This record gives sequence, C-alpha cells and structure tokens, in this order.
Amino acid sequence: MDKSKLREGLRNNIVTIMFIVLCAICMAFSGYTPSYVLYELFGRLSRNMFIVLSLIIPIVAGMGINFAITIGAMAAQIACILVLEWGVPGIGGLALTALLTVPLASVFGFFIGKLLNKMKGQEMIGGMILGYFANGLYQLLCLFIFDNIIPINNPNLTITGSSGIANTMDLTRDGGMAGTLERLWRLPANQAALVFAAVIAVILIISYMRSHRKNARVLAIQLAALVIAAAVMQLEAVKSLFSMVQIPMATFGIVALLCLMNVAIMRTRLGQQFRAVGQNRVVANAAGINVDRVRIIAIVISTVLAGWGQLIFVQNMGAFQTYGAHEQVGLYAGAAILVGGASVVRATNTQALIGTVLFHLMFILAPAAGKNLFGDAAIGEYFRVFICYGVIAVALVMHAWSENARKKRPESALRTDAKA
Amino acid sequence: MAAEYVLEMKDITKKYGENTVLSGVSLKIRPGEIHALLGENGAGKSTLMNVLFGMPVIHATGGFGGEILLDGQATTIASPHDAMIKGIGMVHQEFMLLPGFTITENIKLNREITKPSLLSRVFGKSLETLDMPAMARDARKALDSVGMTIDEYTLVAGLPVGYMQFVEIAREIDKTGIRLLVFDEPTAVLTESEAAQLLQVMKGIAAKGIAIIFITHRLDEVIAAADGVTILRDGQLVAETRTKDTNVTQLAEMMIGRKGESAFVTTEKRTLDENAPVALKVRHLAVDMPGEVVRDVSFDVREGEIFGIGGLAGQGKVGIPNGIMGIYEAAGEVELFGKPSALNHAHAALESGMAMVSEDRRGVGLLLDESIEDNIVFNAMQIRNDYTKNILGAKLKDTKAIRRHANEMIKELDIRCFGAMQHTGTLSGGNQQKVCIARALTMKPRLLFVSEPTRGIDIGAKKLVLETLVRLNREMGMTVVMVSSELMELRSVCDRIAIVAEGEVVDVLPVDASDADFGLAMSGIKPGQEGGGKHA
Repeated sequence: MDKSKLREGLRNNIVTIMFIVLCAICMAFSGYTPSYVLYELFGRLSRNMFIVLSLIIPIVAGMGINFAITIGAMAAQIACILVLEWGVPGIGGLALTALLTVPLASVFGFFIGKLLNKMKGQEMIGGMILGYFANGLYQLLCLFIFDNIIPINNPNLTITGSSGIANTMDLTRDGGMAGTLERLWRLPANQAALVFAAVIAVILIISYMRSHRKNARVLAIQLAALVIAAAVMQLEAVKSLFSMVQIPMATFGIVALLCLMNVAIMRTRLGQQFRAVGQNRVVANAAGINVDRVRIIAIVISTVLAGWGQLIFVQNMGAFQTYGAHEQVGLYAGAAILVGGASVVRATNTQALIGTVLFHLMFILAPAAGKNLFGDAAIGEYFRVFICYGVIAVALVMHAWSENARKKRPESALRTDAKA
Repeated sequence: MAAEYVLEMKDITKKYGENTVLSGVSLKIRPGEIHALLGENGAGKSTLMNVLFGMPVIHATGGFGGEILLDGQATTIASPHDAMIKGIGMVHQEFMLLPGFTITENIKLNREITKPSLLSRVFGKSLETLDMPAMARDARKALDSVGMTIDEYTLVAGLPVGYMQFVEIAREIDKTGIRLLVFDEPTAVLTESEAAQLLQVMKGIAAKGIAIIFITHRLDEVIAAADGVTILRDGQLVAETRTKDTNVTQLAEMMIGRKGESAFVTTEKRTLDENAPVALKVRHLAVDMPGEVVRDVSFDVREGEIFGIGGLAGQGKVGIPNGIMGIYEAAGEVELFGKPSALNHAHAALESGMAMVSEDRRGVGLLLDESIEDNIVFNAMQIRNDYTKNILGAKLKDTKAIRRHANEMIKELDIRCFGAMQHTGTLSGGNQQKVCIARALTMKPRLLFVSEPTRGIDIGAKKLVLETLVRLNREMGMTVVMVSSELMELRSVCDRIAIVAEGEVVDVLPVDASDADFGLAMSGIKPGQEGGGKHA
C-alpha cells in the first residue's frame, strides 16, 4: 500500500483508531479481569446492538444520523405501558408489544419523514430538536392523557396519590416480559461461536453461488478465517476467558437477522433508490424516483427498528424510567456508529457492530480507570460523557474536512480539466 | 404510413408574464436526422426544450401556445416522465450520474430489472431483488453501441469526463422506444478526440433511425455532424436550413445578427492611445468559480479604457473579475498599475484600488436589510476607514458625512428612492444596481469592474447605468472593465472587447468587427482561421 492511501485510510478511521487506543489505556488502568470485562460487554451488546443498526438506512439514504430514533423509542415505551396495562405475560407480551410498536412507530416515522423533507440538508439537527419536542408530547401523554382520559386500571402503573404514569415501569412483575428473549436459548461462548460460524458459512456459500463474479479465492479465505475463529474459541485458555459469558442466542440471532436484512434491502429496487437518493437527490429525481417518498420510507423503517431496539433494551434491563429511558438513545446510538468508523454519509453493518463494541467497552472501563487514576469514579463518568459528544463533533468535523479537501481543485487540474 | 417528421413543433409561443421569450418558433426533425439548434444565451433554446419535455416550469407559468406533433400526431407532453414514455430522451450537460454506482447501475437507474424475493412476497414489488446479471447484459449492449469497451461493473467515480458522457448516452439508448434524443452541449467538457468520437457515435445513433437535436455553440461541429440547422435569436426563428447549403461564417452571422432598436447609448468613436500605460495586466489567470470556470486567461487593459469581456454564459467571463477581486479561488499573475496584486485576498484587492459591481446584486452585492447610505459607505468604512471619526480611541460612524455623501450620490446617479434611509431590499433592480455603483465609486477606485451591470433591469434603467459608466470613464478618467452577456451593450460602450470561450480568451476584437467575427469567437474559433477552428 502506498503512502497516500495509508494516510487516507488513517484519516477515514481516525475516530476508530483513537477509540481503540483509549480503550486499551482504560483497560490497563481499570484493574478489571478480562473475563469480567467480556461478561459486562456481552451483556451490554445484547441490549444495545439492535438500535445502532437502525441508523444505517437513513445514512445510506443521505439523511445523516437519524437522531429522531428517540421517537421510535417512545413508541416502544408507549406500547410497553399498554401491554403492561392489559397484563399480557411472558414472551407473548413481548411479541404483542413488538407488534404494537409497528403501527405507532410507522405513524410517528411518517410525520418525522414529512418534516425532514421540509428541511433537506438539516436532517440531523432537525431530528434532534424533533426528539425534544416529541418528548414534551410524550410527557403530556403519560402524565395527563393516560389515566385521566384513557383509563389505566393497573395500580402498579400509576403514581400513587396522583394521576399519570409512574416514574418506573417494572417489567418483572407477574411473569412480565423481562428477560424473556434472553432466557429462550443460552449457550456458552464456545458453542455459540460454532453455531454462528456455521450460519455465516452457509450465508457465504449461498452469496458466492449467486454472485456474478465467482471469486473462489476470497471465499476460501473467508471460510478458512471462519474455521480458525471457531477453533480458537474452543481452546481452553479462550474458554476460561469467556467463562462468565452466556450468549443469549435469540437476541444475537435477531441482530444477525437485522444485519442480513440491511444487506438484502440494499440489493432490492427500494435499496437502489435509497442509495441513489443518498448520493444525489437531483440525479435521482431526474431518473423519475420520488425522492420525498423514498426518504419517508427510510425514516419509517428506521423508526420502527429503533422501537424494537428500545424494546430489546428495556426487556433486557427488566425495568425502565418512563420519563427518561428514551432521552439519550439517539445520542448514544449515533456516537456508537461513528466510533465504528461510519460517517454521516456512509455506514455499514460492520461499522455499527465494531462501533457498539468499542463504545460500550469504553462505558465499562472508563469509570473504573477514572477511579484508579484519580481516585474518583465520577471523573471517569465525566470522561465518557465528554467522549460521547466529542466523538460526534470530531466525526462531523472530519466529514466537513474531507468534503472540502475533495472540492478544492488544484489550479493545474483546472487548466487541464477539459483539454486533455 | 410513417410521417415525414418524427417531431414537429409548430408556432410555439411562450410568455413569462409580460415577457415574450418565444414567438412563433417552429422546429421540424426528420427520423434519423441530426438537427442542430443554435442561438445565443437567452435566444430561447432552453425554453423550447422545456416545452418539449413538458417541464413543470412551463405549466406553472401558464403553458404555451402552438402545438407539438410526434410522428404527425398532435400530442401533449405533460411531464418529463411523459416525454420519456413517448420516446424523447435527454443527454444532460451536467452529468446525471451517481458516482457511487457502477456503470450498469447508472444505466439502469430506476429502470432496474428485478426478480421476486422472499421480502417482496411479503412487502410488495419494490422489495424485489435486482437481477444484476440481466442488467449488466443490457448495459453491455448499450455500451457497445456507443463504442465503449469499458467493463460494465466499473464504478462511475473516477471515470474520465468523456467516459461519463458516453455512459449518459448509453443510458438514453438503453431506454426502449427512444426515437428522439436531445444532446445539450455534449462536447463542452470533452477533449478534441473525445468530441470527434462523440460525433461519430451520434451519427451511428442517427443511422439507426433515432433523431437527434444537437444543442451546441461550436459551429464547426454543426457543419461536421448535423444535417439541418435551426437558428433562434431573441425568441424568434431566424433561419432553418440544411448544413450543406451554408458555412460557419454564415451561421455565426445569423446567430449574432443586429438587434433591432435598442435603448443603448451611443458614444462618439475615439481612438485610443496605443502607448497608454497598462492599467491591468492579467497573465495565465485560472479561477475556480462553479459554472464559470476560468482556465487560462491573459489580457492587458490600458489606462482610461473601457474594456469589454463578452462570451456565452458559463464560458468563464464572469469568473475573471470574481477571481481578480478574490471572491473565488484563483491562481495566476495579476498586475495593477505595474504592482503585483495578491489573489485570493478580497481585502487586498479592494485596498489596491480596484472595486467591483457584482453580477450577483442581491447575493454578494448588497446588504438588503440595510439602508442605502450604509450600503454606499460600507466598503469604504471597512477598508479605507473613511466616514469614521475617532472618539477616545473608538472608531464611530460619522453619520453626518455619510448622509451628505449618500445624498450626493443619490442625486448624481439619479437613484429613485424616498431618501437615504430607505432599505435597499425595497428598491427596484435598476436602482439597486445604482447603489452598487455608488458603493464602488465611494471606494474611489482607479479601476472598476462591472459584471453584468444590466442583468434583470428594465430598458430605461439599462440606459442610465450604461451612461453612468461612460461618464465615469470620460469625466473622471476611470478605467472600466465591463463583463456582459449582451454583446450589443458591450459594442455600444467599450473600446475593445475580449471574447471568452471555454475559460480562455479567444480573441480581443475592436467594437466594429463584423458579426461573423464575434459569432465565431463565441464558438471558440479565432476569426481568420475558420474551417481550421480549434475543434475541427
């Protein structure tokens, strides 16, 4: 690889590289054992990965990071409150909530999309402010409309001695939906690795058969890497590292499915439209694509997925703060995908997954490292909040910077441009 | 029975409000013919094409008069999409290609070949999977027909411009049932060899029976490729002829022509001192102004002269003053009265004694929410510290002096307003232009750039603005460089006129040079060498 390519690669991945270095430093000072860190990490990944993946489609469609996913999260929480009121237990309750989230989030997503179409180019700030505005409506709904206009009969849901929805929703009560997804099927890490490796191998072979360019060498390398990875997981040393980890297969299975769907949708006519609109609205319009409609579809899909992501999160946690659980969702998910090396115009599944891993690694390690270094866990806590905003700022600046670097044409190019 | 003409546009008339932009224009295209459409900017070419494609802008402004016949059948074209269905395609001047897509994906954009998939069975047709191999086969066929051997899976990003043009053509050809293709200035961005290849491809397409409307300003290409020519001027049909009956000079003459009565000032003829010192020396100037790129421009302006810069829109003439004044990124050498002038530095340019009346009056020219007087003295206050007074080390506005000066200017330039306090946003275009001139004059410049001074203002105001410029030049001895798309205007006030085409100065002509010379220069051919023009 020549030098300029290396520099370009460094510049494109500067945020990711910075984060890896920071995580390594924090790891050294945190004093945690690796197996504890892995245990914490997998716990967090299972509840946070899905929502990060919901950001990909709007980025591809040229709308930047969809900070309005907080509204999707609100939809899921409203569905949750309703299902708690009806008292549907266990996995059935979870399925019903998921189903109920779809119409709610779709309607919200439609309106978000409509609004964002009115502010093309300012979707990110628009989505963020929209989130704050919707939060007000959500509070109105929970504090006043529920219980006063729509009767709530479950006494556990309302504020005692007053009206409105209580501050905390407990999902563990009466065989609630808490943890149902995780309890479905758990495997130790080494066995889980085998299952996932097998599934990935099948997918690779299928996509090889259907690709127009049959590159057998790449396939062989991919399969070999897969076998090695699976084999490494079976080593005793690695096994002991993962000794505390029990992989919730259903949760990660759903995440894998969503990744597949993100890939599959890009190979459809609709996906082609997302990509076309994302690259250049004028050209897409000239080709007869209904740009506004495509953008609304992208936001609707994203909002529904975000709703499901929030659902996975709250059922994993077993409870949620009615008035606060959704607030930081957009910011954290946005920061996570940027940490993975995505930009506001380009994002892939891999970037989302790597980003989630790094971001949450930081969340686990930073307070401990802060405590050991400065004798105060709060400093580590400050640190991670500061990093979360910093990452978003850096990513935005980097994007503007590379955009400028691309635009600036040297004078020699000007002169030779047309006349070869 | 096939009709004689694939397309006939009869007696097309189009008004925007009071303004007639097309009157009684007709266009007839035979199947398999390459028909050139010629005309200066504003001659009505693009309006005619907008009518043909049923652009929303036409319907939104009251439609048009006249009728359109396709294959001898009267038809209405409701929208660009409708035009596409009826077999009319356009090869755009600006590439309508997505850089992140492969050639195949671009050619098949929104006309993808799909097959049912798991997702589509649940959610409907738009989730059908793309059938990439089938799309690639179609793309291959279309690419072959334009003589391109490049792999159809190549990304468009990074392709040479010429290739992009051919991909664009391939896309139009790939549309089934295409019978008429419009090429809008297709050779403008191509190298000579690519342009020659393009003309070959066009002939190949025409030989298959697809008619082509070829919009260009390169007259030699018209002679080389087209069968018929239609020439428009000021929204009227000037001539329709066969190329074999005409030549480049004649075409140039017909394109420029003398415009009838006009409210232009007439200046007495004068001979300039050949030895007058050089006021502005420009060498190898390149300016990166979007849409008006200057590539390599050199010229001298003598002291006391009114120097005109003309040419068609988008060829780079407007970029020249903008580059010299540091408004857009520029490179090269500029000397003002023998002293080198720094580029890319608007403050230094103003300080060195140059001022500019911008073509973008409402954008960079005026602060629309400020009063006339503040607009007039704004630059002088910022750059020269005029009209300020020092009180205890703080620089304050000298309101009295400003008012006095503004009132003088209002009287001098005949700015029609309620008073110096009126906001410029509420003035008419012509009066806004005068405020811009007043501001430039307040800088006490030794050299004044005026860019498109009469754009968008009415005839009476045009005359006043031009007369003001002449007066400034004659009475105050100010050197003026005037950029304008209106050749007649330049010819009525300038001493010499440089014609810019494709970012370079083709020639510097005296005002009494013939129409043909100006026409040829505008199409990039230096007079006196026609037939052997640089694109031939």
